[in-house]
Amino acid sequence: MEIVLKGLTKEFDNKKTNSKVVAVNNVTIDIASGTLVGLLGPSGCGKSTTLFMLSGLLSPTRGQIIFGDKDVTSLEPQKRGIGLVFQNYALYPHMTVLQNILFPLENIGMPKEDRMKRAEEVAKIVQIENLLDRKPSELSGGQQQRVAIARALAKQPDVLLLDEPLSNLDARLRLQTREEIRRIQQTTGVTTVFVTHDQEEAMSISDILVVMKLGVVQQVGKPQEIYDDPHNLFVAQFLGTPPINTFTGEIKNGGVYIGEEKIMNTKLPDQKVYIAIRPEGFIPDQKNGVLTLKLENYEVMGRERSIISTHPNCLKPTIRSTVDEFDPTGLENVKFKLKPAKVFLFNYDTQIRIAEDKEYDAPEFMDAVEQVQLEPNEKKNVFTKFADKSKELVNKVASVFKKKEAKEDEQVVEEKVIAETDQSSQEGEGE
Amino acid sequence: MAEKLSTVSNTDLETLRRRQKIVSITIKVVTYVFLVAFALIVLFPFYWMIISSLKTEEEYRRAIPTFFPQHIVWTNYADAVNVTGFWRALINTLCVGVVSTILSIVITILAAYAFARLKFKGRETLFSILLATMMIPGELFTITNYATVSSFGWLDSYQVLVVPFLVSVFYIYLLRQNFKQIPDELYYAAKVDGSSDLKYLLKVMIPLALPSIISITILKMMGAWNSYIWCQLVNHNKDYWLISVWLRNASFTASGDTGVSSTGNVNYPIQMAACTIVSIPLFLVFLFFRKYIIRGVSRSGIKG
Amino acid sequence: MESKHQWRGWIFLAPTLILMAVFTFYPFFKTLGMAFLNGYDPLLGVHQKFSVGFQNFIDAFNYPQFKQCLQNTIIVTIVTVPVSTILALLIAVALNSIKPFQKFLQTIFFVPYITNTIAIGMVFAIMFTMIGTPKTVTTPGVINSILGVNINWINIGKIGGSRSTYFTKMFVLCVYIIWNALPFKILILLGALQSVNKQYYDAAKVDCASRFRTFMKITVPMLSPMLAYVLITGFIGSFKEYTASVAIFGQQLNTFEMNTVVGYIYDQIGLAKYGRAAAGALILFMIILAFTIFNNWVSSKKVHY
Repeated sequence: MEIVLKGLTKEFDNKKTNSKVVAVNNVTIDIASGTLVGLLGPSGCGKSTTLFMLSGLLSPTRGQIIFGDKDVTSLEPQKRGIGLVFQNYALYPHMTVLQNILFPLENIGMPKEDRMKRAEEVAKIVQIENLLDRKPSELSGGQQQRVAIARALAKQPDVLLLDEPLSNLDARLRLQTREEIRRIQQTTGVTTVFVTHDQEEAMSISDILVVMKLGVVQQVGKPQEIYDDPHNLFVAQFLGTPPINTFTGEIKNGGVYIGEEKIMNTKLPDQKVYIAIRPEGFIPDQKNGVLTLKLENYEVMGRERSIISTHPNCLKPTIRSTVDEFDPTGLENVKFKLKPAKVFLFNYDTQIRIAEDKEYDAPEFMDAVEQVQLEPNEKKNVFTKFADKSKELVNKVASVFKKKEAKEDEQVVEEKVIAETDQSSQEGEGE
Repeated sequence: MAEKLSTVSNTDLETLRRRQKIVSITIKVVTYVFLVAFALIVLFPFYWMIISSLKTEEEYRRAIPTFFPQHIVWTNYADAVNVTGFWRALINTLCVGVVSTILSIVITILAAYAFARLKFKGRETLFSILLATMMIPGELFTITNYATVSSFGWLDSYQVLVVPFLVSVFYIYLLRQNFKQIPDELYYAAKVDGSSDLKYLLKVMIPLALPSIISITILKMMGAWNSYIWCQLVNHNKDYWLISVWLRNASFTASGDTGVSSTGNVNYPIQMAACTIVSIPLFLVFLFFRKYIIRGVSRSGIKG
Repeated sequence: MESKHQWRGWIFLAPTLILMAVFTFYPFFKTLGMAFLNGYDPLLGVHQKFSVGFQNFIDAFNYPQFKQCLQNTIIVTIVTVPVSTILALLIAVALNSIKPFQKFLQTIFFVPYITNTIAIGMVFAIMFTMIGTPKTVTTPGVINSILGVNINWINIGKIGGSRSTYFTKMFVLCVYIIWNALPFKILILLGALQSVNKQYYDAAKVDCASRFRTFMKITVPMLSPMLAYVLITGFIGSFKEYTASVAIFGQQLNTFEMNTVVGYIYDQIGLAKYGRAAAGALILFMIILAFTIFNNWVSSKKVHY
């Protein structure tokens, strides 16, 4: 079923300051039938609020929710034909797995034989046929997750909603389960919306990604499109592992400069800019390189080789670039050529992408920040918190890579990184 | 609701939405009506007690009752406290209540501390035995206790109202749980600093468990104020009566009839004034210590 | 260090243990003994005709008022425990579902708990009391006035041509006991309701459960441990009911046919028939014990913890 959100807004009263907090701000999205959509953003970005408005458990302050050709905005959850998987599953602890799955079917008054048949069908899809007589407390996290999905799927919903479906699973299960969700979605063809704060998880399984921040949609599109063509600095920084490297720089006399070095030509007018370069956009070239970075470290891990370096204009302490071939012996500085497609420029004040061939929308998100009306120090907190967090993340990732340098076992490292990343990004969760 | 959303037409959706709104409003209204109606039923006896106590006897006895007194008469209260034995019973109750509460709290704290913190052989077994006695109805003890106190020559005395009820296993249990939550490290730190068990109990444990102790104190006081059966059994001499016994036995009429066995001579407004007087201290305690009372009660199951 | 100071624990426990030895442990065994020894007079400490057996129990059952007392106690239990529990559950659920005035109403529903049973029992009595002569009614009583009826609820004599019946007296007694029992139950059940994770209700909504089904399939099972607790304390409490009856009907309960098992025990003590009293107390103990065991057995099967 097609889902349309029109100007969806949710305001909460903040009793302490007697003001309104806009959790979701004027969200407008079209979701095609049968797609798997990921709502992605840092904590507090309003993604879960949006999901709960879709489910009907929260009612929007303004705006419309349309399923197919029906306006369901003020309809109760039970009338919407949705299935919802809660973050901590919310399985009824006093019922067995089978009773949990049968519960919604009994509620809609399905005949007894059909109920059993349907329950067995969905149990098969999520592969829990052998667990039907157990109580939720006797199941592992991954099994509970499957039961929750089975319960949501049992009444054959038009829309399946998942709230942080992987956040309560350990690293190994996470990889497995996200593929599972993809498979189930493709088997059933149900329009699915899921919420996550983990960009890797979102990028790996979504057909369409909706990146949100402070209650405002930043960009909507296919994961690869967003990765290759971010519309603002936030989106560029939020997506990608290892994360993008951001520098301050300027455009003058038809050239883009980082410090004193001109890294490329441009027809854009002179101005201060942010320059963000993906890790894979660096090609070490001591002769023809345009950007000089101070070499700190060189890491080889299985197929991945990274150069860790520093530059005074970089926003983060270190720059990570992934390269093919490199010999660091005797080098103090490394010179890099840059792949033009991996270099993005952003207006210094608005943080909006600027490019020669394309005009990027003056984003709603800047006035969104004003509309949100956070207290000045709170506003600062949100931003500095985010910056601190990303720093933490980078350091953690770096330390893991360092520790595991000698090891060739790629799999283990990958999982470890995911686990660490999640831990840090989950701190202070709870929107 | 078996049908899917896609099969519902838009006009049906409109009626559905309207019905949904009506249903939710109706439920809200019904809920409030139900609650308010029951709240009125719950409060009505208090209301009737108070307004009856302010009526003249003539007004009270009218065929059609008045729901607000036409002439408020305070003299009923003066008459009530002048009924023989009121002051004596009031002072008895206060003294017995204060003395038994203080002694009982001391005993309870000592026992709870021993069970929570001190180590000695057979501690857990002993505690289990104590808990098991909570299962036994008090009446089983009463019979022998009556014989015991009469052999002590305690019938018609104050100590008979205090001594047999000083130990409450439930309160020991409650306080022990509270003491147990205080980390061991504090105890060892105090030991290292050279403070004695008693000092540690007074300086650390009691202040930390104060909310529970206050709860127990209030519930014990209320229990003393409300106690009736035992006093009725052991003290036949009016000089040793407690307030509830006085209330039940006092004659609020010239002819000496009591309660409803009379068909008409009781002065009900005076009787209700007496009931109000007995009830007021409880309301005041509730007003000031609501939190502690609810806290204590929600963990017990025993009234008073 | 611990083992050296064994005596400390015993010192702290001394007052408790001495008092319990005299007023709990000794009486327990003594009463057991009394129940099975015939013709025993503890005041004299001698057995007039020493024999062991069930004579006291037989006497108790043959004693005319005992059956009445037992019957009253059982009726009170059967009526008041389920009614008050269901009412308390409804009120707790209603309270839990509202926001404005929740705290206020919650406080009102707790007020009957902090009352003097005797005082408010007397208020209930006057609310149901008729005043008049055997031929005429001068004051019908406020309940009769509100209900628009003319029923002699509790008066022993004839008033206005009617007498109270066993049914009307029992009705008034049960109303008072229920009124008295509600606050504790509401408090416990509301506390339990508030600790149920709200997410289960959200899940039930998404699962299309009607309000009634949500109540039966989610709320009640989630509350079952506390319902069991409320039921068992309710049963024990109502088996020991006595004060409520005295409060309404006065001291002469047997005249009113409203005496209870506990009342019987006190009557027998008053008559110095200790054996019979002990037998009655033991019967009470057995009933309570049986209920507790039965309840534990049911809970272990049915209750979801």
